[in-house]
Parts: sequence; structure tokens; C-alpha cells
Amino acid sequence: MEQDNWQIITFTLGVSILSTVLILPGGIFLAWLLSRPRWFGKSVVETLVALPLVVPPVATGLILLELFGRRGVLGSILEKDLGLEIVFTWRAVVIAIGVMSFPLLVRTSRVAFEGVNPRLEEIARTLGAGEARIFFTIALPLAARGIIAGTMLAFARALGEFGATVMVAGNIPGRTSTIALSIYEYVQLGQDGAALKLLAFSVLMAFGAVWVSELVIRRRMPVR
Amino acid sequence: MKNIIRSISITLAVAAALFTARLRAADIYVSAAASLTDVLKEIAIPYEKQSGDNLVFNFAASSVLARQIEEGAPADLIFSADEAKLDALQKAGLLLPETRKSVLSNTLVIVVPNDSTINFSSAKDLAGPGITKIAVGEPSSVPAGIYAKEYLDKLGIWQKVTDKIVPVESVRAALAAVESGNVDAGIVYKTDALISQKVKVAYEIPVSEGPAISYPLAVLKDAKSPDAAKKLAAYLESAPAEAVFEKYGFLVKQ
Repeated sequence: MEQDNWQIITFTLGVSILSTVLILPGGIFLAWLLSRPRWFGKSVVETLVALPLVVPPVATGLILLELFGRRGVLGSILEKDLGLEIVFTWRAVVIAIGVMSFPLLVRTSRVAFEGVNPRLEEIARTLGAGEARIFFTIALPLAARGIIAGTMLAFARALGEFGATVMVAGNIPGRTSTIALSIYEYVQLGQDGAALKLLAFSVLMAFGAVWVSELVIRRRMPVR
Repeated sequence: MKNIIRSISITLAVAAALFTARLRAADIYVSAAASLTDVLKEIAIPYEKQSGDNLVFNFAASSVLARQIEEGAPADLIFSADEAKLDALQKAGLLLPETRKSVLSNTLVIVVPNDSTINFSSAKDLAGPGITKIAVGEPSSVPAGIYAKEYLDKLGIWQKVTDKIVPVESVRAALAAVESGNVDAGIVYKTDALISQKVKVAYEIPVSEGPAISYPLAVLKDAKSPDAAKKLAAYLESAPAEAVFEKYGFLVKQ
């Protein structure tokens, strides 16, 4: 039992860290794009990104299952051509929690990018800096706090994801069981004691993540 | 004016009649194993007409049902896919023991998606290389999973297939996983395989070799309509009900 719990905890931490790292580059870039004034299709992209926040998680899970299932559009290509099994494996867990936590990263980071004074970027441009250089030397450092906060929020969301994960990854002990899935399973089996231990741990983890993100948001900026 | 009064009084009389009929009819809360979903729904139609009672079904894995009842969920009758769940409820004093009866039996089959090309000559082929994922009910709680594990253990291949097992929350979830093609095979009841158009039976486990499957029912101590539930329990053992059970492939215990 204790052994199992440690496996569940380390697995959950592992997939959460991995998915957060994987969504980071795309999430930051998209957040920056969305912070730019009007471009074609912006509102559509905006809505699509927010979708996993508002649609029931199991519905998102169903969409992922249709996409990544063995007979799905992406799943059949990945499995037949690349030999990558997705559904009911740890990869499905990473995909599910990544998709579910993506909006939190993008929305928080976007606000941070919008808070960057555009005059600083204008000045850099007049001094001859290219867009990439402006992004890496001005926008990104100035928005760093918000991005870190968004990353922590996304990580916390990943730790606790249930609905989408159970749809695409199932609940396979030792292979796809995360903390949230195991708590449900333990309660179903009447092992409330084991469930409470995991509950305590997940509360601690989530508390830590949210606390760090709050701390980062509140901390005073050196330059503004 | 006379007409209006007359039509109002007729309406009131009809409403009153309907209302009292509604009062006399009992709502019977039936917690039944997932594998009984289709057959009980069919049996309910003539029964509701005949008795005037209303059946409210809660279908889930028997393990889930037992857990819900332990937690105080409303139920008048439980119809489980294994004896162990009723043993636990009886021990906890939640059943009316004299109402407990074993009614049905079933057999296990190995199902594969319709388009699968894998041929089975025995259940041991599950350990073969063509099979990477096998959906079964959660093997420590869901009856269909417990039975499947018991059988594979007996064959001596449980250890070999453990890594392929995808445990799901009920036998119907195992069936659905095979239907979607996301697993290579599943172990379900014969009765589940019979209702699906999207799976085929790859291997039927002979009754003599398979585990002893038993579906008991009992009226619960906290039943809100115990008398109606007892009547329903008796009906489930009557000839018309047995005929429907057999139509769906269940084995009726004598």
C-alpha cells in the first residue's frame, strides 16, 4: 500500500512536470501572440484555447479519445506509422493533463505580456532591434513573473486532473493511475484510509504550487 | 355555463383519479449489475404495466452498488453479479436475509473487435504476441473482473497477461473498450457479447472450466417500498421473466 502510494505520487509528479515542460514553449508563444493587437482569427484562437476550461473535462477527454484512439485521426497514424501507443498508456496521461492545463498557462501569461509597456518595445525597435530580440530581451523578462505564475497554476491543474485522464488513459495501477484517479479508486474499493493519505499529499502539493505562484505574482518588480 | 362547470368537474375528477393512482404506485429503486442493464429494462416494461409500480434503475458494477448502499444510497432491491457483494452487505446487516436468492448464472467469453484478425484456439492465446491490451472489469472489485482473473489464474496465465490488463469500472466499460478498438480483446459475459454488433466472440469459456458465476438478489433492510420490492423479486423468478433472461443468454437457476 505505502509502496503503491509512492509510485502513484512519483508518477503523478513526473507526468505533471513533463506535460508542463512540454506546453511551456507553445503556451508562451501563443500567449505573446494573443497579447498583440488585432490579427486575423485572434478571437477564434482565443476561444479555442479557453475551451478546455469551460467544457466538461470528460468531454475534452472524449475529444482526445476520438483523436488519439487506435482508430482516431492522430492515434492511427501514431500507432501504425510510428509505433507509438497512446490510449491507456502514460502518454495519454501527459496529453490529457497537458491539454487541460494549457489554458491556465496561456491566459495568465497573456495578461503578463499585455502588462509590458509597449513604449519599451517601440524604443528597442527604433534602436534597430529585431522582433525576436525584442521578445527575448524585453517582453519575456518583463512578463516572467506572470509566466511563472501561469506555469505553477498549470502544474497544479495537471496534478489534479481527473475527467479527461480517465477517458483516454483509463486507470491502470502502476501505469496510468494518478493521485486523482487513485483517490477515486480507493473510495470505490472502500479503502478510505489510503484515499485520505493521497488526499493529504495532493492538498500539500497543490497548496505549494498555488502559494509559489501567488508569491511570484505579488513580489515587487525590480523594473517597471 | 353548465358546460364549463361540467368540464371543470370532469377535469378535477380525472386529476384526482390520476393523483391517487400515482400515490398507490410505488417507486422501486433497483440497484442492478451493469450486465443486467438491457434485460432488466425489457422485463420492466410489462412489469410496470401489470403492477402499476415504477422501477427506478441504478446500473453499475456490483462493487459500486454495494459501496453506494453501504454509504446509504436509496435502494429497495439489489441484484448483484456475484455473491461476495451480498455477503458483505448481509454481514453489515443491510439486507433482509430471508429475501436473498441466487437467480441467474452466466458464462465468460473473450471478445475482439469485429475487424480483428486474431484467431483464438484457447484462452491461453491472450498471452500471445498479437495481444497487447485486454480490457477486464477491475479485477479486485468488479465481479466480471474477479471472475476473469479467477479463470486466468486457474489457466496459469494471469502472471503473463498482467501487463496487458486494462482494468475498467464495469463489464460494460470493458465491452465498450473492445467496441472502440482501443484494446485488442476483452473478457466479458456472454450476455454482453450478444447485445453488441461491434464485437465478435473469439473464444467461449466452457461452463465446466469457467468460474461459478452467480447472480443473487435481495431486498434491502432500509427499503422504502419493501413489499413492492418483494413482489418484484418474486416476478423476476416467474416464467415470463425467466423467458426474457434466457432470451438474453442468461442461465436461469432452478
